[in-house]
Amino acid sequence: MATINIPPALRKFTQGEEEVSVAGANVRELLKNLDTSYPGIGERILDEAGTIRRFVNVFVADEDIRFLDNLDTAVRDGDEVSIVPAIAGG
Amino acid sequence: MTTLPSHAGSLPPARVQLERARAERSLRKPMQSVLELVGQTPLIRLGQIERLCPGVELWAKAEFSNPGGSVKDRAATYIIREALVRGDLGSGKRLLDSTSGNTGIAYSMVGAALGIPITLVMPENASLPRKHVTRSYGTELVFSDAMDGSDGAIVLARKLATEHPDRYYYTNQYANESNWRAHYLGTAVEIWEQTQHRITHFVTGIGTSGTVVGTSRRLHELNPAIRCIAMQPEDAWHGLEGLKHIPSSIVPPIYDESVLDETIWMPTEEGWDMSERIGKDEGLFVGHSSGGNVAAALRVAKQVAARGESGVVVTVLCDRGDRYFGPLKWEKHYVW
Repeated sequence: MATINIPPALRKFTQGEEEVSVAGANVRELLKNLDTSYPGIGERILDEAGTIRRFVNVFVADEDIRFLDNLDTAVRDGDEVSIVPAIAGG
Repeated sequence: MTTLPSHAGSLPPARVQLERARAERSLRKPMQSVLELVGQTPLIRLGQIERLCPGVELWAKAEFSNPGGSVKDRAATYIIREALVRGDLGSGKRLLDSTSGNTGIAYSMVGAALGIPITLVMPENASLPRKHVTRSYGTELVFSDAMDGSDGAIVLARKLATEHPDRYYYTNQYANESNWRAHYLGTAVEIWEQTQHRITHFVTGIGTSGTVVGTSRRLHELNPAIRCIAMQPEDAWHGLEGLKHIPSSIVPPIYDESVLDETIWMPTEEGWDMSERIGKDEGLFVGHSSGGNVAAALRVAKQVAARGESGVVVTVLCDRGDRYFGPLKWEKHYVW
């Protein structure tokens, strides 16, 4: 199981939970399972083609997955995964 | 009439016209300080994108040509100058505020030019170049949790200001009257003059709301028929950096809905696509908030054109696109 940090703008899908534990061997599986547990959250992160939306940044253990293997980036037990949005305002 | 070089006769007529306009533009007078470069920005016609709204003119205020590179130079200059006049700054206190970036660069530039020490609170995920640029002016940075976004930075700045009242003067750009006044006294009047009083619509996004509130307030005074339209990201979860989705945010105290005629809700993708298009079609490489602004302005212009009416729609290009380049993995540890 990995821990996913949910940003405030997406917590309406997780009933306010800031962190959720999700199983999956890589980011793709993790996001699929996240959407199964919290329906609707997946399409906020992935576009229609199933790729990470351009403005969304996903980090596995503090590394941006764009610089790793993208959705195929391996996730180990206990890894911390963060979904980080752009910065809003001023 | 300026004399053109003797070889000008061999140039195509359009080029001759362009060269004459360039030659006739007066050189700026020598300046005593970088701060004299703030404001008086060019108004640029978006001639290619405008083809999508026949009969309606589409113009953009080139705020990226401010010396700090963004529209925020205006607010920062007014905020600091008016604080100095009141005596809130200038006695050794550090200016403290929260910012996602551009205001931070603007404060840093103005602070350096006037000898005011600056402390900024920014979310940890602000881009590395942003952090380097502000630090290069001598600014002190404090980071808030990336997950909490700009509201997290606001909360931390408030806490620091309360804990250390002798060390900091908290300017709070979201509540600072000088913020909207910079646009009331500057941006609005410039647009009014630059369009020869012909502006019919003003459209721009909400960050602190200073630009849209100050400009709209003044434009409505100059001509109540001008439609002033705000743009917000359509959802709390968005990628239009610098803009606020007000329904899910700490509402800026200077935000005054009564000066707005309408709000457009902008999807991130539409804004991002437009910023690419502005680069390719107009030769203006701008950030995503500018893309959102032009996309919203185009929506308005198309509606005017569809009614068979003419119009002069004005929006704002907040900053340049290269401000958002992050270092690649192998460049992460470059040395300035």
